Amino acid sequence: MDSMDAALQQLRHRVMDADGAGAALRLRGAGTKDFYGEHCHGALLDLRGYHGVVDYEPSELVITARCGTALSEVQSLLLQHQQFLAFEPPAFGGDPTIGGVIASGLSGPRRFQAGAARDFVLGAVLLSAQGELLHFGGKVIKNVAGFDLARLLCGSLGILGAITEVSLKVMPLPRMEQTLFLETAAPEALALFNRWGGEPLPISATVWNAGRAWVRLSGAPAAVRAARARLGGELLDDAEALALWNSLRDQTHPFFSQAGGLWRVSVPSSAAPLATSAAQLIEWGGALRWCAGDSSAAQMRALARSAGGSALHWRGGSSGSRFDALSPAVFEIHRRLKSRFDPRGIFNPGRLVAGL
Amino acid sequence: MSVPEFDVDESRWSDLQAAPAAERRPAVAAALRAVLPSDCVLSADEELRPYECDGLSVFRTPPMLVALPRTEAELRAVLRECNRLQVPVVARGAGTGLSGGAMPHAAGVLLSLARFNRILQIDPVARTARVQPGVRNLAVSEAAAAYGLYYAPDPSSQIACSIGGNVAENSGGVHCLKYGLTLHNVLGLRGCTIDGEPIELGGGALDTPGLDLLALSIGSEGLLLIVTEVLLKLLPRPQLAQVVMASFDDVGKAGEAVAAIIAAGIIPSGLEMMDRKATAAVEPFVKAGYDLGAAAILLAESDGTPEEVAEEVAAIERVLQAHGATAIAVSGSEAERLRFWSGRKNAFPAAGRISPDYYCMDGTIPRNRLGHMLKAIEQMEHKYGLACMNVFHAGDGNLHPLILFDANSVGAWERADRFGADILELCVQLGGTITGEHGVGVEKLNSMCVQFSPAERAAFFAVKRAFDPPGLLNPGKAIPTLARCAEYGRMHVRHGQLPHADLPRF
Repeated sequence: MDSMDAALQQLRHRVMDADGAGAALRLRGAGTKDFYGEHCHGALLDLRGYHGVVDYEPSELVITARCGTALSEVQSLLLQHQQFLAFEPPAFGGDPTIGGVIASGLSGPRRFQAGAARDFVLGAVLLSAQGELLHFGGKVIKNVAGFDLARLLCGSLGILGAITEVSLKVMPLPRMEQTLFLETAAPEALALFNRWGGEPLPISATVWNAGRAWVRLSGAPAAVRAARARLGGELLDDAEALALWNSLRDQTHPFFSQAGGLWRVSVPSSAAPLATSAAQLIEWGGALRWCAGDSSAAQMRALARSAGGSALHWRGGSSGSRFDALSPAVFEIHRRLKSRFDPRGIFNPGRLVAGL
Repeated sequence: MSVPEFDVDESRWSDLQAAPAAERRPAVAAALRAVLPSDCVLSADEELRPYECDGLSVFRTPPMLVALPRTEAELRAVLRECNRLQVPVVARGAGTGLSGGAMPHAAGVLLSLARFNRILQIDPVARTARVQPGVRNLAVSEAAAAYGLYYAPDPSSQIACSIGGNVAENSGGVHCLKYGLTLHNVLGLRGCTIDGEPIELGGGALDTPGLDLLALSIGSEGLLLIVTEVLLKLLPRPQLAQVVMASFDDVGKAGEAVAAIIAAGIIPSGLEMMDRKATAAVEPFVKAGYDLGAAAILLAESDGTPEEVAEEVAAIERVLQAHGATAIAVSGSEAERLRFWSGRKNAFPAAGRISPDYYCMDGTIPRNRLGHMLKAIEQMEHKYGLACMNVFHAGDGNLHPLILFDANSVGAWERADRFGADILELCVQLGGTITGEHGVGVEKLNSMCVQFSPAERAAFFAVKRAFDPPGLLNPGKAIPTLARCAEYGRMHVRHGQLPHADLPRF
């Protein structure tokens, strides 16, 4: 038995013991997202011991890695073949595990154009409460056999079990990227983002903050140059542009270190500017609006709801629940899923949905 | 096997399957007529016949009743009555599905969503379309065209198939290599659970709290909920599209060229392969100008700005030449582009033209095993004495071998069925899957036993029960019971060994 088999057996036994005792486990990779989600208790189950890339065939556009594999390891391997994870997973200043990336389901600046983490999940192996390894999805792009549990696990924050392995679709790196900069107020920026979104332009990221907007173009050099001529604005130099988008992805941008609470408000991109005095940073073509300051939870949630979306208390500020409440019908399905997958409630209790 | 992992009461499942209950028809019809106008309930034998199968016509049975609600309120009432009377409900869109997913339940209500056929809103700013499930796929792009927008997933049946059916099957199409499947292009769903309660999943915002039930519902083959509204993502129509057509004297070389295009960092908007039998069948029919001397042809499409397309087409041509293409042609006009595609899009009808019947398979394999698969299919043609023409979504490894047979010839369907099962089993062995885009339905239930372990299938039932506790939505489809897999294992002894020796044998 090699060391990874042994590591997997160890994980299985930890889970089976916990299930036998009805004792809660707190699943964790590198801990870069400890701040994320609801408060959760339980004995720490560190998943970093089960790691390594299992399979990577560049011409298949698929990589398979064990949960504890460092994101940096995956990324540097992909880079050798001019490929990348197009959903730009945030690292939050650390080096997350690929299991944590998928369990959180968070995506970076490219999300509104390229898709979210879940859009790139092709398969996953779930370590169930009973210690069984369940394979869902696979390593091919088109696969509709069985319910899409691999994608259900993406963003599940570990409440259904531990993801031990994932297969992800990878993409070729864009051949060229350029970032444009322009001065504009929020309402005009939102109007521009939405108008450009309806035109065949290679826009891969946008951000607006404090009277300034940045737009990233990615793709074939000819398309990027044509779009640049069409959009105008000033060209940012490459190093500055890379630093900007990385600082947004990882939230090392100064906006994210303001004192007080930080709210992540998800609305349709075309929603009007939010009527709040909070400082704002707008990503994803207008679909993601970060609000910093001490707004009350009730106020933020009402604002988000009236704009057709939801508000997530990201970090800082007062206590209280992080996520928006689920509708009763949706909660009931969650409750039944949780009770069937994790009948004794051992996996990350309460981390995604209070009470589950 | 140890203790069953999930609490699944299979006896209940089999009861639903077994109940003939034709005598229940008057009572159930009366209950539905109490909540629907009388022309929305069909109960006469001749009215039921058009609904007895979907696009996979070898599996057929008339339903007990057909309900055609017109509004969500009526649909909810139908579900409440069916739930109260414990009657199975099978949803049906346009009936173009190819896996028998909409085959009726003999003791159930066939719930037609044909009257949910309105496009409710096109929002050109947010780039979304809110539509009812009975809207045809192509109608969405037609309605969005005025804004320079379109709906990307384009299954071959897009002139007829409905959005609700696309959601149920997670349909793909020729362009999903670049633009994704239905899953990637649906932002939200509104639907009803079996108790008639409305439920909303996803929506116009990109984050949704809780588990991704939207992803779980797409491709769930009518087993989890009935969809009443779909919010679709619209994309700006590319300025230009061009197709490169290349001939190869060997299918293996064509397969290698496909991998080489991807490895070169190119994601064509479509990348399709047809073997010689397929081109020979379609060419007299559509006159697409295919090279009939070639062992295989590839069609690679590039779309985007004119500058981008010019760059990409040149790059594709270089790769194809380097990998032994014997001839290359590039579409010079939109008419020529459509002509190049016409053969591929008409492959199924062409099969119907050269053979009394055909059986379309839908497995997926890693791209680099295409050559291996084609050789294996050739051997199976000899083994079963049936011809097979091959069309592939080569870019994503999705195969559509079309097995040609004559249903009037004794034993021919059985041979075609076994031929198909062999192909699917090989797909699983090669690291792929038994269905890429057509769904499991009733057709591939046995093959599900090959791809998934008992514990994995139990997890699927757990999902089913979480959405549909009484098990009334499309029962008997998509997930085989333990008993069925045990039975299949018994019938299907290979190399002296039963597959899944860990299965309990009854």
